Amino acid sequence: MEFAELIKTPRVDGVVLHRPFLPTVEGTLCLTGHHLILSSRQDNTEELWLLHSNIDAIEKRFIGSLGTIIVKCKDLRIIQLDIPGMEECLNIASSIEALSTLDSVSLMYPFFYRPMFEVIEDGWHLFSPEEAFKDLESMTDEWRLSEVNKDFTVCPSYPSLVTVPKDIDDDTLCKAAAFRHGGRFPVLSYYHKKNGMVMMRAGQPLTGTNGRRCKEDEKLINATLRAGKRGYIIDTRTIAVAQQAKARGGGFEQEANYPQWRRIHKAIERSNILQESLIKLVEACNDQSNSMDRWLSKLEASNWQSHVKEILTTACLAAQCIDRSGASVLVHGTEGTDSTLQVTSLAQIILEPACRTIRGFQALVEREWLQAGHPFQQRCAQSAYSNGKPRSEAPVFLLFLDCVWQILRQFPCSFQFNEHFLITLFEHAYASQFGTFLGNSAAESRVKLKLSRKTVSLWSWVNRPQELERFVNPLYEPNSLVIWPSVAPQSLLLWEGVFLRWNRSTKFLDEAYEEMVHIIEYNKELQNKVNSLRRQLAQLETEDSPLQTP
Amino acid sequence: MEKSVVGTLYLSSTHTIFVENSDARRETWVLHSLVGSIERPPTTPSGSPLVIRCKNFQVYQLLLPQEKDCVDIQASLIRLSRPDRYGELFCFSFQPNVDKEEREKAWGFLDLHAEFSRMGIPSNLWHITPANHEYRVCDTYPSELFVPKSASPAVIVGSAKFRSRGRLPVLSYFHRDTSAAVCRSSQPLSGFSARSLEDEQMLQAIMKSNPASEYMYVVDTRPKLNAMANRAAGKGYENEDHYTNIKLHFIGIENIHVMRNSQQKITDVGDMRSPSMGDFLWGLENSGWLKHIKAVLDAGVFIVKAVAEEGVSVLVHCSDGWDRTAQACSVASVLLDPFYRTIRGLMVLIEKDWVSFGHKFSHRYSHLEGDPKEVSPVIDQFLECVWQLMEQFPCAFEFNERFLLQLHTHIHSCQYGNFIGNSQKERRDLRINERTHSVWPHLWENRAEYINPLYRADHSQSKGILRPVTTPYCFKFWKGMYSPAERGVALRQSPSDSLNAVREESQQLEEELSAHQEVPRETDAGQGIHAHTRHMPT
Repeated sequence: MEFAELIKTPRVDGVVLHRPFLPTVEGTLCLTGHHLILSSRQDNTEELWLLHSNIDAIEKRFIGSLGTIIVKCKDLRIIQLDIPGMEECLNIASSIEALSTLDSVSLMYPFFYRPMFEVIEDGWHLFSPEEAFKDLESMTDEWRLSEVNKDFTVCPSYPSLVTVPKDIDDDTLCKAAAFRHGGRFPVLSYYHKKNGMVMMRAGQPLTGTNGRRCKEDEKLINATLRAGKRGYIIDTRTIAVAQQAKARGGGFEQEANYPQWRRIHKAIERSNILQESLIKLVEACNDQSNSMDRWLSKLEASNWQSHVKEILTTACLAAQCIDRSGASVLVHGTEGTDSTLQVTSLAQIILEPACRTIRGFQALVEREWLQAGHPFQQRCAQSAYSNGKPRSEAPVFLLFLDCVWQILRQFPCSFQFNEHFLITLFEHAYASQFGTFLGNSAAESRVKLKLSRKTVSLWSWVNRPQELERFVNPLYEPNSLVIWPSVAPQSLLLWEGVFLRWNRSTKFLDEAYEEMVHIIEYNKELQNKVNSLRRQLAQLETEDSPLQTP
Repeated sequence: MEKSVVGTLYLSSTHTIFVENSDARRETWVLHSLVGSIERPPTTPSGSPLVIRCKNFQVYQLLLPQEKDCVDIQASLIRLSRPDRYGELFCFSFQPNVDKEEREKAWGFLDLHAEFSRMGIPSNLWHITPANHEYRVCDTYPSELFVPKSASPAVIVGSAKFRSRGRLPVLSYFHRDTSAAVCRSSQPLSGFSARSLEDEQMLQAIMKSNPASEYMYVVDTRPKLNAMANRAAGKGYENEDHYTNIKLHFIGIENIHVMRNSQQKITDVGDMRSPSMGDFLWGLENSGWLKHIKAVLDAGVFIVKAVAEEGVSVLVHCSDGWDRTAQACSVASVLLDPFYRTIRGLMVLIEKDWVSFGHKFSHRYSHLEGDPKEVSPVIDQFLECVWQLMEQFPCAFEFNERFLLQLHTHIHSCQYGNFIGNSQKERRDLRINERTHSVWPHLWENRAEYINPLYRADHSQSKGILRPVTTPYCFKFWKGMYSPAERGVALRQSPSDSLNAVREESQQLEEELSAHQEVPRETDAGQGIHAHTRHMPT
């Protein structure tokens, strides 16, 4: 298919653009295969380059022959285009609609994007399971890297290499896989160096209504326990939801079959509820006419903050079991690709200082989200303005980032990255020139789409020194401790950086950030100066001393 | 949640003191005058509980082995925390190591004369009137009042007669850039038809003192319905037919009773033990607190727009002109004038708009056993407006949250004499200056603790007028005030403290450098800070 077929009117003059915080611009609107561009051809105004894939929804309005298109973006921005001529306006609108809802992944921009920068360190090769396993090997010899899934047949959503207990052979893995939702047999998620406890994740066990059991599954997870020790199974669903799952062939671990494990149920909601929550929250944030009562009641009704609290609470629980109770943990929900990953990745942020560095966080996203098979493409197909029939989109990753932001707010000195880094990841998960978040699993992205050969990795760009600089938290001081966030509602805030970003100017907050950077940089400059002076002095003293002695 | 510790409880005449049994023998001192309520939940097998709630929202939970002790302590504390005459207040027995001369000097630490002359007053249009000498026209006003030069003594006295409790229109703040003034008063005694030529002339004189403008605003900070209801009692608001060239504007800040109930609810919200997010947000909405804070800030924003943008003078009043009027005038001043965003400036503002103009501190903050209906968190709301502004403009204020919390505590604690009584006259009659100490120099000496590291006198946010956004989503729950328990948890890492430490170190480095040779050339990055560090108090 040619993009040209979809572009009914490639260009309209005299279009007026309204967008948040910037002056109105009049210029020429151009549609290309991947971008909506508005240029005034004047040097002093900013052009608009908008990826079609960033467009969540559009609305058309007409007053006489003047048409208006409201473009609602996945990054939550809303822009308005006034287009003279009804026909032009309709053509543009239908073109945008077609181009922003392309079904075929291979037509997405990352496959066409050629970087304007030299790729020094290829992000596609930075974080391999082999590398992660090398780290693990240096701490323990109780685990092995299994190739049982090398052709993605045992578990289509797992990577080709997974870490499993050393004493468990591939046969056992295959049998356990048959007993777990989506073939997601228990694998290692995190090894806590401090006490050797581990966190594993899986899909729900397929016990069904008649209480099926699987000895291999039991053997597999028991192999992660030290002699005489008990472990915890954290089911991210309420007991009621887990019970209901039995009717559809799912279920949870029966005490009788897993006597060494204690099961705890939490209440993280499923994706369709999270999506609804996002839509309500953004609607509330965008309504400037709200009275205080109405705003607070809409904020409450959206339930977004409740989801943040519940996810953080569950992550804290997992971390507590490991660090405080000295027990190993298995986390799962239904599929094991959403709430499970929120919990395992946040628990690692809490427990593992390395995850709070920029590189470590990338590795975490790569390990616990991309390779762990979070279906990014499905989940991020639409954002808060989606009004069609909901399919499988859900702000699962955004909620994870929100929770990280909450911890960052509470421990502003313990993270190497800043809020801007988290917002950037949010944007790229929904629309990007990079291929990192394309596809739904390792099998799909690495093998079928050949992303690593055909697209550029987000990390290749992020890790360039010029870019990295913008993501560094000036207050960062490595903190080797476990950090326990408060999950009291009084301590959890609305993430303004994302949800109010286009509604209120951040000028004054940005200035405060710059001021902070200045204070710290000036200090560094002084330190260098003083140190070099001290060296000079010391040198002078040693040179002078022979002269002074007669 | 804090861990519990075992120790010994002592009651002195002024404090409850808890000494831990641990080796460190850490002590906790709680002033009796800061105690708001003492509850005694039912005795349990492990002992008799006692809950002390302080007026600064700190809560102490004690468990005593003997029920009898618990009953006795509660009775003593109730008596000690609610004195029924001024002489029993802590400030009259508080003896810091300060001699008489120093004490006198301390009371002169803030000079309101100097403050008005900073504004350019007296001028050819405004002057001091001796009319209130010995509090003759108004016993709740300061003895020195600034009024339009053109207002004759007869107009002043006549206007005072036509105003509730004699609180006539006088100058609160003069905006040099536009020559527009913020004046304050109480409601007029207009009823349904009464008028006073002198009062009309007074407003005319105020309007004329701003030569550039042809009208002035009268801002009635009450909801219009309340203002109308007052007419039946012979009070009310200005009749626009009688006053030439005034524009009446109602703001809708609720009365002290509504605010008292609202704060009780927000305190309960802050106090909740592990609430769900829904409970918390519902409680926040149900309290109405943020709505009231928004109303106060909106009043300030309206005045600022009039004074700074339209260049029009404003007369602000409510009923008596000592609660909502004080809030509106002082919020407007903080927005208008960068000086009030400094440590010293905020002290001056509180001294001027609140202390000198007869805000009834002892009634509102129940310093003495008295009418509970007089109690209301009026200045709390002002302090919170400042805090909300600090959240929006992080570089604009010289002080930090701790300073606001400390002010709040001192207003309630009665350790110093500044906030005792309900008017200047009352404080004079109590001989506060001779018998108690002033808190201002004490706060000033400790100002290093209250510094906001992001503040820089030459920063664009520190200069000029603040134009806050008052959309509901801009208002936050003030955790530092209402959830002291969470305050501790979430401030384990304070960027502000660590930045202050960095700045302190920079200053030492600068000193070391200049001792050796010259300070480094100012680079683009360092330039601002460099100027900044020199402003740092030593």
